[in-house]
This record gives sequence, C-alpha cells and structure tokens, in this order.
Amino acid sequence: MIKVAVVGLGKMGLSHLSIIKAHPDVSLVAVCDTAKYVLDLLEKYTGVAVYSDYDTLLQQEALDAVIIATPSSSHGPMVRAALQRNINVFCEKPFCLDVDEGKELAQLAQSKGLVNQVGYHYRFDAAFQETKRLLDAGAIGEVTHILAEAYGPVILQPKGATWRTRRSEGGGCLYDYAAHPLNLINWYFGRPESVGGTVLNQIFSQETDDEVYGTLYFPGGKSAQISVNWSDESYRRMTTKLNIWGTGGRIYVDRQECQVYIRDNVAVPAGYEPGWNVRYTTELTPEVWFYVRGEEYSSQLDYFIRCIKEGRKENVNSFASALETDQVMAMMITDSEQGRHVGEYTPVVRSEPSIMRWLHRLFGKRIMDFHKKIKK
Amino acid sequence: MMDRVLFGDNQFFGINHMSEEKARAQAIRFKDTQAVIEVLDIAYAEGIRTFMCTTHDRIAEICDHVRANPRHYQGFQFYPCMPYAHKYANAMTDHGMLGAVKRFLPEQGLFDAMLRGGASLAKKEVDGIATLLIDAEMKMFAGLSTPVIFFQNVLTDFLLGLGFKAAFRVFADHVKERYGAEPGFITMNMPKLLDALDEVGVENPIICANINKIGFRMCGGLAAYEQALKERRFRPIAMSVLASGAIPPREAIEYVCNLPNIESIVFGASGRGNIRQTKLLIDELTAIHSMTHTAKASK
Repeated sequence: MIKVAVVGLGKMGLSHLSIIKAHPDVSLVAVCDTAKYVLDLLEKYTGVAVYSDYDTLLQQEALDAVIIATPSSSHGPMVRAALQRNINVFCEKPFCLDVDEGKELAQLAQSKGLVNQVGYHYRFDAAFQETKRLLDAGAIGEVTHILAEAYGPVILQPKGATWRTRRSEGGGCLYDYAAHPLNLINWYFGRPESVGGTVLNQIFSQETDDEVYGTLYFPGGKSAQISVNWSDESYRRMTTKLNIWGTGGRIYVDRQECQVYIRDNVAVPAGYEPGWNVRYTTELTPEVWFYVRGEEYSSQLDYFIRCIKEGRKENVNSFASALETDQVMAMMITDSEQGRHVGEYTPVVRSEPSIMRWLHRLFGKRIMDFHKKIKK
Repeated sequence: MMDRVLFGDNQFFGINHMSEEKARAQAIRFKDTQAVIEVLDIAYAEGIRTFMCTTHDRIAEICDHVRANPRHYQGFQFYPCMPYAHKYANAMTDHGMLGAVKRFLPEQGLFDAMLRGGASLAKKEVDGIATLLIDAEMKMFAGLSTPVIFFQNVLTDFLLGLGFKAAFRVFADHVKERYGAEPGFITMNMPKLLDALDEVGVENPIICANINKIGFRMCGGLAAYEQALKERRFRPIAMSVLASGAIPPREAIEYVCNLPNIESIVFGASGRGNIRQTKLLIDELTAIHSMTHTAKASK
C-alpha cells in the first residue's frame, strides 16, 4: 500500500481526498489543513489522522506520497520539504509562482528519482488525449495555429478578499483558468519562443485579473492565441476548448467531444475518414475505479499512484512540464506590464493642425470624420 | 412501488454529457420556464407521472405551477434530488467548507434552526446541519407529493470516497421521519455504495445509477453491476440508459429491460417524438421481458 497524506482541504484538496481514499492501493495516512473545524469533522466521521502543521505531519508520519492542494504561493516550500524527505509529490496547479524556484524543484525531484506530478487534469481527459494522438500521427498535417479558450462563471461580482482574489498568492484568471489551456498548448505545441499582445484585465477583481488574452509565438511562424474569461455567467461551469488548424484539416476539442475535419491530402488515421469525424467522451473514456466528478480527476491520481508503485518513469504532467506553463504565464505577466502597443496608423492626421491630432487621440476616428464634414 | 418510467431534468438545464453545443442549445430553448412546462405536459400526456429533478432554483417555478394547477396534474409527483451541487461548490471556493454551509442555512432565526444548527456546529455533529440543509432544499416542494427524495451523485460519491458513511444514515432517517419519503441515492459507484449503505444499516435502498450496455460511468465494471443486480437486495433505477445517445434506443432499452430487478428507468428528452418513442419502447420491452420471465418461472 502507498501511504499518502493530503495537504490543504479546500475544494480541490477535498476532491483529491475523496478519490485517493477510495484507491485500492492507497492507505490514507493523514490530512493536514489550518482549518480546525474541518479537521475535527473529518477526524470524527472518517477516523483519519489530522494535522494542522505541515512540518509536524512530515516529521511524524512515514509517507510515500503527499498531495499538495494549498494556496499556490505555498507550493514551493511545501514541495521542497517533501522532496527533501524523499516523498513523491502530487501538487495542484499552477506549480510554482516563482519560476526559478520551480526550476530548482523540478531538478531536485528529477535528481532524487521521485514521482512528481502537477494537477493538469485535462491531459487525462480522453478527448484531449485523442487530440494529442491525432496530432502526433499527423492527422491534420502540419499544425499552423491553435486557438485555446476557457470560460466560466467564477467571479461574477466584486467580492471580499481571499487568496484567490490576489495574484501575489496565485489567485486570478491567469493562474486558475488560463493555466489549463496554456498547458494544453504546451502539450500540443511545446514552449513558445515569445508572447505578445497580452491583456490581463480586471472586470470585478481588485487585485488580480478576470480575463486573459494573448498571442504565443512558436518556431517556424506558428502561433497560438488564448482567450479566457472567468467572469462569464453564460457558461454553467468551466469550459475549455481548442481549435487547431493544420495543413490537412482542423480539430475542435473540448472535454466531451473531439470533432475532426480531415482533408484528403493527408494519411487518414485508422478509424477516421476524410471529411468530418466526431468522437464522443462516451466512447473514448476508459473506465475508472471510482468516480466523483469526472474521469480525468480519478485517472490522474491513479496514474500518480501507479507511477510510484510500478516505478514508472514517463511522468505525465511532471514538474518540468508544468514549469513550461509557469514560464509562459510569467512571460505573459511581463508582456502585459510592459504594454508596448503600436498606435493607430494615422497618415492623414499628420497634415492636420496639432489640436486635431490631440482630439483624434482622445476621441478616435469619429472626431476626424466630423472635422472632414465641417471642412466640406 | 415506483413508476416504471421516470422523467429526468438534465435536458432543461444545459447538461449534456456528449456535446457542449447541444447543451447550450437546450439551455437557450428552456430559458423560459413555460418551455419546460410544455415538455412536462407532453410527458404527462404520454402517461409519465414522476418528475425526478434537481433542487435547482428554477424547479421552484415548476413547483409553483403544479401547485397552482392541481387538477391538471393529478397523480403527478416529484422525486427531488439534492443538493444542487454547483451552488455549494462555488460557495466553497469563496467561503470554505464551513462558510458555504452557513450561507445556505435558513437566514432568519427560526428557533428550530438555531437550536439544531447552533448545537450541531458547536458539537461538530453533522446531523443538525444536514437536516437543516435538507429542509432548506425541500421548501420549494411544500404541499406537493415527494415520495422519494434523492441524494445527488456528486455528494453521494464524494462522501463515499471520504468514508463519511454516517451522512447516508442521517439523510435516510430524516427523509423518512420528516417527509414520510423513501431515501434514494444517485451514484456512479453502485457496488461500493451498496457496501457502505449496508454498513450503516440503510436497508433495501433505492439506488439510481448509470446502467447501460457500454458500461459508461459504471465504476466497478459492468460485470460487478450485473452481479449486484442479481444478488443484492436494493431497488435499482437505471439512468443514462442510452449513454447520452451512444447506444441506439431499442438496443439500449432492451439491454436494461432484460436485466433482473430493475424497478424504474429514468430518461430525459425534450421532443414529443423522443418522449413518446422512449416511453413506448420501455413499456413494450418491459412487457416482453415480464412475459418471458413469467413463462420461465412457470416451467
């Protein structure tokens, strides 16, 4: 049995706890959180050992693995402490807010030969996996562009402050939502060379972003664009979707289906045909041993446990791969802060008196049209 | 005895396990409650009398309508499924577990609520809080027939994973005592849940689970489900029989009707044709199955 502790009992931590405790190869040794009330309830009704201090947990329990689902700003030190004790680590996303710290930890985990995984669950979703398989097989030829989107109803009005409302602690649409489609872009396309046109806007939040847009540039002129908004009530829950264009067709994918248009200029993969093909999650998804909220959440933890148990080294969602996403997010923050934009192309304005140029800057094209009308 | 055919509500709230596009189209179509009522009326006209529904805010409007037109809905009954998980999940992200619970407790100081809630919070007992939350969710059904009350699958399976089994007993007892109703449990992990309910002494439970020919979301495996249906004492309701459209209707329903002991089948549809076809198919295949069954038994 793999001895596991779950650290951080917020929404994700509790969800991981429920799933991992039901795993046939896992002995859930303890849970750890600072909320005493939650600990008391779990102790009383489920008999699990509880800790309110992480270091005490590490000192007192002999663990094979920890699942860390605390606020993102605490991931770094907690992951380090576990690795130093030779404990395998599953960490919630985003991995590390400090990219340099993330690099060190990825190297540390690698050098110690420990299983290290980050909770980018879409890589365990059958439709996104099918897309990866199709891209690797060249089903839509050479990919030229990806449009990655995620929308959902998280922040719909100004709210009181928690860690999720502060970017400094890992809160915000970029870290919480955009991280997922960015991670999928990394999976399909690798790491971009640069980013541009990044918009990190506030809609309702005071200290973090609610919408994220931007362009990612890849070698050879390939590009990806990202459009994410977590203040969109028209979505019932988080929806992540990608459109991928290639020289041989297009793929549309979300967690429920994979729609593929294949042109006749490429080798068609087995089971597919030229023109439109649709694969649904119902046929693509392998069965899991226990289901709470989506197969992918169960699959990623099952994979983590199997990697430990079977000494598997391929490590999907390794720290190193999650670090790529952290790096892209850091680049996007820098880009949005630098805010270099090209101004309007206005050759006509040059012959206008300077007052008109100034008005044009203030009021845009309409004032110029108005000016022209008067002149006529 | 439950009706053989129950009508579900996923289609009204933009839930479709296969396609986001279809889900959105449905959400647009059923924006007005009147559109939902029209479909319920079609189902009623086809002889369906049970509406199995989440405690979504909009169901309250359906309840008002049925209450206001008792003659039109004779024999019509609701099977409430609680809680509507999304509102709690969102509240938990913002307010933590305890904060979320507090938010949904009745706002004003009913003496009963204070007593049950206050004492329960202080002693860290779930009974008081849980029963208060059940009562809050049941408010919209006041005066309507609710012979079976369900525990929603996300919560059932979450607690099942945690090993928080006492909660199932608290729910079952409260539903029986306060509402004279049978407790039901929706799950994606039927064999495991049966064990847990046995342990806490919930006997002969009503269990609504995915039961379909392709084993879609049947954790523990198709074989374990078939064995449980044969050997264990419980009252199964089959849902996701068509696996969101992955299996052709006749083939799908034939499979379920040939399984032993299935008491009811729940399905959701929005068009008259689909509702009629599914209801007729279930009736027809149920009749064939029971004839074969009787013939076998008399041999």
